Amino acid sequence: MSHPDPAVATVLHDSELHAESPSIWRHAVRVGAIFGAVAIYLAIIGLLVMLHGRFIIVDVLSLGQACLVAIALGAGIMGAPARGKASTATRLLTGTLAAAVAGAMLAALVVLMVSVDLRWMFIALSPALLTLLTFGLPVLPGILTLIVIASALGAIGVLLSGTPPLIRRAIIAGASAVVIAGVFQELIQIMLQATETIDAIRELFYNWDGLEWTGALAIFIIFAAISLLWAQIIPRIAPAIGPAAIRRRRAFGMLAMLVALIIFPLLAGSYIGQVLMLVGLYILMGMGLNLEVGLAGLLDLGFVAFFAVGAYTTALLTADNPHALAALSFWEAMPIAVMLSIMVGVLFGLPVLGVRGDYLAVATMGLGEIVRVIVSSDFAAPLLGGAQGVLQIPRPSIAGHALADPVQLFYLTLTAAMIAAYIAWRLENSRLGRAWMALRDDEDVAQALGINLVRVKLLAYGLGAAFAGLSGSIFATMLGSVYPSSFQLVISINVLALIIVGGMGSLPGVIVGAAALIGLPELLREFGEYRYLMYGAALIIMMRIRPEGLWPSPTRRRELHSDDELVEQTS
Amino acid sequence: MAPDRNNDLSDAVLATAPPSTWSALRNRIQRLTLVDVALGSLRVLVLAVVIAGTIGTLIKTRYGADQWVDFVLFGVTIGSIYAQVALGYTMVYGVLRLINFAHGDIMMTGAFGGYFVASAADRSGLLASNPVLALALTLLAAIATSTTIALLVERIAYRPFRHVRGFAPMICAIGVSFFLQQTFRGAFGSSVKSYPDLHWEVPKVLIFGFTIPKIDLLVIGCAIISMTVLYLIVNKTRMGTAIRAVSEDAEAAALMGIDVNKVVVFTFFLGGAMAGIAGVFYAFVFKQVYFFIGFTPGIKAFGAAVLGGIGSVPGAMLGGFVLGIFESVGPSLFFDGIGIPAPYQLRDLIAFTLLIMILIFRPNGLLGERLAKQRA
Repeated sequence: MSHPDPAVATVLHDSELHAESPSIWRHAVRVGAIFGAVAIYLAIIGLLVMLHGRFIIVDVLSLGQACLVAIALGAGIMGAPARGKASTATRLLTGTLAAAVAGAMLAALVVLMVSVDLRWMFIALSPALLTLLTFGLPVLPGILTLIVIASALGAIGVLLSGTPPLIRRAIIAGASAVVIAGVFQELIQIMLQATETIDAIRELFYNWDGLEWTGALAIFIIFAAISLLWAQIIPRIAPAIGPAAIRRRRAFGMLAMLVALIIFPLLAGSYIGQVLMLVGLYILMGMGLNLEVGLAGLLDLGFVAFFAVGAYTTALLTADNPHALAALSFWEAMPIAVMLSIMVGVLFGLPVLGVRGDYLAVATMGLGEIVRVIVSSDFAAPLLGGAQGVLQIPRPSIAGHALADPVQLFYLTLTAAMIAAYIAWRLENSRLGRAWMALRDDEDVAQALGINLVRVKLLAYGLGAAFAGLSGSIFATMLGSVYPSSFQLVISINVLALIIVGGMGSLPGVIVGAAALIGLPELLREFGEYRYLMYGAALIIMMRIRPEGLWPSPTRRRELHSDDELVEQTS
Repeated sequence: MAPDRNNDLSDAVLATAPPSTWSALRNRIQRLTLVDVALGSLRVLVLAVVIAGTIGTLIKTRYGADQWVDFVLFGVTIGSIYAQVALGYTMVYGVLRLINFAHGDIMMTGAFGGYFVASAADRSGLLASNPVLALALTLLAAIATSTTIALLVERIAYRPFRHVRGFAPMICAIGVSFFLQQTFRGAFGSSVKSYPDLHWEVPKVLIFGFTIPKIDLLVIGCAIISMTVLYLIVNKTRMGTAIRAVSEDAEAAALMGIDVNKVVVFTFFLGGAMAGIAGVFYAFVFKQVYFFIGFTPGIKAFGAAVLGGIGSVPGAMLGGFVLGIFESVGPSLFFDGIGIPAPYQLRDLIAFTLLIMILIFRPNGLLGERLAKQRA
């Protein structure tokens, strides 16, 4: 994981960087210890070994090793005092010290693993981890190598942070390109194999196992060069940009993205189609929850209930199954599912109208859990199928042609998401949207301004539920079956996490968040079991470092950074 | 206030009451909104299920007296565990006004910490030869684990949000909850580990003609001891006084020279210790431990804390016992009578319904008044 640990920021914040030399050294040791602790943590939970299983460059560098490299570099960069606060020699030494401390902590872990058998407790402290940390050498030379390499990387980190921004940016661009090209090699190779001529390019960089080191070098150079050239070109065209040009460029960018989204799954095949479809479903849900949480400020943890209503309604109305109530087509069932979701949303919102803040989160979570308990019980089994679920839901068909392929279903999801995005966008800028925002900012003031709280809140629940219902409806037809176990609380948390990561109240943020939290773990399949760890960490880290999200809405950015702007204006 | 009853009353009153009362009532009915009707019907619905179910079950006489004793006893046992977890919620809420969403998972960490000592003691034969020592060591390990993690969580995830309003602290707490679960899943595996057996020679005792499992007595006894100790700490020591002062008014307490930081840390320590003890006994009762065991009991214990009145220490204890008994007796008493198959599957339904009803209708709980009013 390349995320810096949240504790680091605090430590940096707390300690006095300006003080004289003894505290500089203490600071370095402290930062080194924190980075070391992060490395040990990653080792103990088994993530390092798992990352080690995926190569970036075949037989040269694995993702796990890259992770350790990033930790050593980070320790060096954060451990050294800021530039200008100390001489380069001092910075080099402190950075090296910090990285050496981190390396020494990992070495201590190695010694502990060799001398005491801890595997009966910590299942991840495996021989594979030992090999990774000691480079396959015997213990003593292994840990010495570990510490030396860590120290060297720490020094390199300090040197890197001292290079001019232009070169630093080029290095970062090149390195990121190599990581992406290496980690997603399977996907890229499949796409490059589409035609003979491109396939020749593929063979330059890749072999069957992944990226070759020559290819990695070439990619690094190409992307670093592009970054340098880009920096040369941008200032030349920058003066020409006015508001109209920006708007034109943005429209062009969106159009290009849409075209890419339409063509990309055709090239990349059905697996990517499925991943994109799942991302699309979560975008739909994210936009719905965004109305509730992002705009109206109603923290709803029972959101999965609406998703379940949409899915079960579609299932019961269309399935070829004894539980089915009717034999409608998907196109007839979907509007009914959405309407029913709206009704359930309003019913759901009614009792909790008077509950505020944190209590609302717990109350809605309780409501969601009640729905799940009932759906999976024998009590409701005659109607809903109980734990066995409802099977044999047909795929939607257009003019007699069933949309059986994931890519075709993705286009259905994409269409639904675009319509929903348009609705959400119009809602955001409507009278109702402004009422929601007033409600979010201060409920009492909103009421005093004549906003009908009951109406506005129920509309938030109902419309939010509509999006989730639509998503659930498509989900049911995608899977062809629905089970109560698909509607756990964790879905609500997923959706919440993605709008937090993207930026609360921001539509593009929902897309960014879904791509990062749903798409990425799907592409890195073997890390699937660590995805919830990632969600938890993402929630904490985002709240601490960037509470406005990756792509914040303009209002929210202003609110959270009004102080900074004031400072900028005055200085 | 149930609206339909109001309607009946108004008809009756119409003829006899003096016009002033009549118009007051009429006024009230006119002011009834859709929301009042919905909330009223929710109450009526829940009450109807409870009453119909109880009558139905009692008429059927499907369960004998000793079965009811079993249910109640199990309820008290599980309730004493909820009570200990609820104490953590209530005290942290008192000093920080924060719902420590991850508290249930801190209980899970305690259960894990205890598990490794208990299973080691079981393998070495200590658990059989000297169960008291083994149990003490298990509890010690559990408390050490859960308090360490509670303090780390406070330092890393909660302290930066001490003065932040809005969602951020709550969302961060949800993140912590997931983070803890997944960390333990990664480190110790996702399989369900069976907690060692306590090797009673006679697992049950006969009291007043009822056979009672010894484990229940052990759990209840230890819970009462730990809660008494906690009560004494909060009410009789200087630190306890400081905790109460900070709950009352953190700023005023700080002005009086109380180190609020220290109080908060100590509160997390106390809450973590209680959760650790609760975790071990929860695992002993259900004989298993895995990374998710803390979550649902955690939410229920939060419900217990609100039920007792959040911020109130005796309230949390009361709430825990009430919730435990409701949950244990409820499925048979309320659901069996109205002919619901497999009522045990709906056990969680009772706890969650109770939680929601309290949040909606009586957010200040049974014993707490002041705190809840401030936020509601």
